[in-house]
Amino acid sequence: MSFAFYLIAALTLLGGLAAVLLKNTVHCALALTVAFAGQALLFLDLDAQFAGFAQILVYIGAVAILVVFAILLTKGSETPKGSVYSRHALAGLVIAAGVFVMLGWAVIWSVRVVPRGPAGTPAVTVLDIGIALMSRYVLPLEIVALLLTAAMIGAVIIAMHEKERAK
Amino acid sequence: MLGEGLLKGLAETARNFAGSFVSKERLTTVQYPEQRIAPIEATRDFPFLVYDGDDWQAGMRCVACQICEKECPPKCIYIVKSTDKKPDYVGKPQFYPARFDIDISVCMSCQICVEVCPFEAIKMDTEFELSTTDRFGGLLFDREQLAKSNEYYHRIHPTEAEAVDAVLAGAKAKAEAKTTTAAIASAVRGAEIPAHPAGDGD
Amino acid sequence: MTERLDQIFVWLEQWLVSFLPGSWRPMACIVLSVVAIICLFPALFALTTVFERKGLARIQNRIGPNRVGWLGILQPVADGIKSLTKEDIVPLSADAAVHFLAPVLLVVAVFMGFAVLPMGRNMVLVDMDAGLLFFFAIGASTELSVFMAGWSSRNKYSLLGAMRAVAQMISYEVPLLMSSVAVVMITGSLSLTKIVAAQNQYTWGLPHWYIFTPWGAAGFLMYAIAATAETNRSPFDLPEGESELVAGYHTEYSGFKFALFFLGEYLAMFSISGLGTTLFLGGWSAPLQALNWVPSWIWFFSKLMLSIFVFIWLRGTLPRLRQDQLMNFAWKFVLPLTLVNLLVAAAWRFFGDGWERWVVCSAVVLLAYVGMGWSGMRRGHFGPRSYRYAE
Repeated sequence: MSFAFYLIAALTLLGGLAAVLLKNTVHCALALTVAFAGQALLFLDLDAQFAGFAQILVYIGAVAILVVFAILLTKGSETPKGSVYSRHALAGLVIAAGVFVMLGWAVIWSVRVVPRGPAGTPAVTVLDIGIALMSRYVLPLEIVALLLTAAMIGAVIIAMHEKERAK
Repeated sequence: MLGEGLLKGLAETARNFAGSFVSKERLTTVQYPEQRIAPIEATRDFPFLVYDGDDWQAGMRCVACQICEKECPPKCIYIVKSTDKKPDYVGKPQFYPARFDIDISVCMSCQICVEVCPFEAIKMDTEFELSTTDRFGGLLFDREQLAKSNEYYHRIHPTEAEAVDAVLAGAKAKAEAKTTTAAIASAVRGAEIPAHPAGDGD
Repeated sequence: MTERLDQIFVWLEQWLVSFLPGSWRPMACIVLSVVAIICLFPALFALTTVFERKGLARIQNRIGPNRVGWLGILQPVADGIKSLTKEDIVPLSADAAVHFLAPVLLVVAVFMGFAVLPMGRNMVLVDMDAGLLFFFAIGASTELSVFMAGWSSRNKYSLLGAMRAVAQMISYEVPLLMSSVAVVMITGSLSLTKIVAAQNQYTWGLPHWYIFTPWGAAGFLMYAIAATAETNRSPFDLPEGESELVAGYHTEYSGFKFALFFLGEYLAMFSISGLGTTLFLGGWSAPLQALNWVPSWIWFFSKLMLSIFVFIWLRGTLPRLRQDQLMNFAWKFVLPLTLVNLLVAAAWRFFGDGWERWVVCSAVVLLAYVGMGWSGMRRGHFGPRSYRYAE
C-alpha cells in the first residue's frame, strides 16, 4: 500500500464522486473520464501494463467519447432545473452499500496472490495474454467478436432504415 | 490508377521548390521595399492635374469647366471656379480653378474624369505609397499637391503623353491658322474698303 | 570514438547524475531525460515553423519570412512574444474550467507519447513491454481534448468543428492501428525497442527495414495517410481550415492558449512521425551497413525531419478534403486495404525465406490497391472529378 496507491485511489474516488454529484452532465462525463484514468493508473501501479493501456485506449479513447456524444446529441447537455439528487436517495444508498459489501467480500475471499516480479516487468506479459486468448479463451474471444459484429450490423441497419424513411 | 494525380501534383510542387532557388521565373517575389517592380505604362492610381512649362499656376491646363466634378461617380472632386481669367496654351483667356480638391480616400480610380476632360488637363498618376497617419486631411489633396508638370506626365505615361501633346499641338496650330487667316481676311477686307473713286463712267 | 559519439547523451546523463547520492540517482536520471525531451521538442517545433513557412513559400513561388534574424530563423521568437503578449479572451458564457484544461490536456498527452520512442541506441525514456499500446492509448486522449475545446466555447461553430474533428480522428484511428498491427505481427512484440532491433539487421549491406517489404510499403502508405488525418494536417485539415473560413474548435482561443494548441498539433506530428519511423523506417538504424559510424540519434532525427518535410510538401500540394470525402476514403478504401495488408503480412510470415514470398505478396498488394482504386473510382466515391458547366 504505497503512497502512489493512496494518491491514485483518492483520484479515482474523487472522479467517481464528481461524476454523480455535479450538475452539468458534460462535467459529469469528464469526471467519469478522470475516474477511468485513475483505474488505468491502478492497473499500471500493479504492473499490469496491457490491462492499463487497454483501459485507457478503450474507456477513455472510446467509451468516454461515446458518452459525451450521447449527452450532446440528446437533451442531456442542458443543466437540470431541479436538484440532481433523486427523492429515493436513501434507498439507492442502501442498495449501493449492499452491492459494495458483497463484491468486496467476493474479491477479498477469492484473491490469489500472484508473486510480483521486479518492478516494471509485468507478471503476465502481452505474449502470455495473446497465447491465452488464442488457446484457452478462444471461444469467448470469438463470441465477443460475433457480438461486436452483430452490434455494428445493427447500427448500420438502423441508420439505413432512418435514411430510407427520411427519403 | 488512384493516386496518379497526387504524384503528378507532388512532382510539380517539387519542381517549383527546387526551381525557386535557381530560376527567376519560379521566384517572382521582390524584396519590397528595397526593390520595386516598375509599374507598366497603363497603371493608374489617383488623378493629377497637368501643367505646361514651369509655373504650375500659369501653365495649368484645367479651365474649371467642372465636367469631371459632375461625372465623378463617388463625387470626390470639389472645384471652385475663379472670378478672373488667364490665358491658356493657345492664348485664349480662360477661367481657372481657385480650388481643386480630390479626396483620394473616396476616389475609386475609375478614370472617368480623365475620359470626359475636354482639355487634357486631368490624368492618372501611378503613385501608390500615399499612406499617412492623418486620417482625413492627409488624404485630401489640394490644387498645389495635384499639380504635376508635363515632363512628369511624359515620364510616367510616355506614349499617352506624346499622343496628348500631338493633339494639343494640332489644336494650337489650327487655332493659330484660324487667327492668321482671320488676320489676312481682315487685312484684305481693310485694303478693299477704299473703293474706286467716284466719277467713274465705265 | 564513434561508439562514444553514439552514446554521448547516455554518457552525459550518467556523468551528471553521478554527482548526486546513490538513492537519488534513478529519479534524477528520469527527471533529466524528461527535461531533455521537454526542451528539445519545442525547440524542434520552433525550427519546424520556420521551415514550414519558408518551404510552403518556396513551393508557392515566394520567399518566406526573412526579416527576423538570418534567413528568418528567429521568426519563432517573434511569434512567441506575440502570442504571449496577446490578450487572453475567454467568452463570458464559456465553461472556464474546461476551456482552460483543453489545451493543457492536449499538450500533456502529446508529451507523454514521446516517452516510448527510441531515439537512439539505449536512448528510450521508458522501455515498456507494451510501448506501442501506450502510444496509441495516449493518442486517444487527444481526441477528448479536441472535443473539450469545442464544447467549452459555447459556440455552435466550435462545436460543429470539434464534432467533425473527433469523427475524423476516430475514423482514422482504426487504419492507424491496423497498419501497426502488421508490424507487431511480424516482429512478435509490442515493445518499440524490439521492433527497432528486429530492423537493425543487414543483408548484403541493405537493411531489413519494414518499408522495403511489400506489406511494409503498403502499411507505411496507410500509416502515413492515417497519421496525416490524425494530426489534422492538410489535406485533412477541415477542422482547422474551417477556422479560417467559419470557425473551428480553437476559434475562441487567443494568445498563449492558441499557441499551446499549435504546439500540441506540431508535437503530435513529431511523435506520430517518430512512431512511423520506428515502425517502418528502422528507427535509429542506418540505411547502409557501411554508414553505421554515424551516431544513431542523428539517423532517427534525420528520418523524423524527412517525414516532417514530406508533411510540409503534402500541405503545399493538395487541396483540402471535404468531410464526407474524408470519411468515405477512410472507411471504404484505407480500412479494407489495411485488412488485406494484414493477410499479406501473415502470408509473408508463413511463406518463409525465399523469393516466392516477395512475388506473391507484392502481387496481392498491388492487385488490391489497383482493384480497390478502380472500383472506387468507377462508383464515383473518389478519383478525378467531372464538371458540368451551365450553358
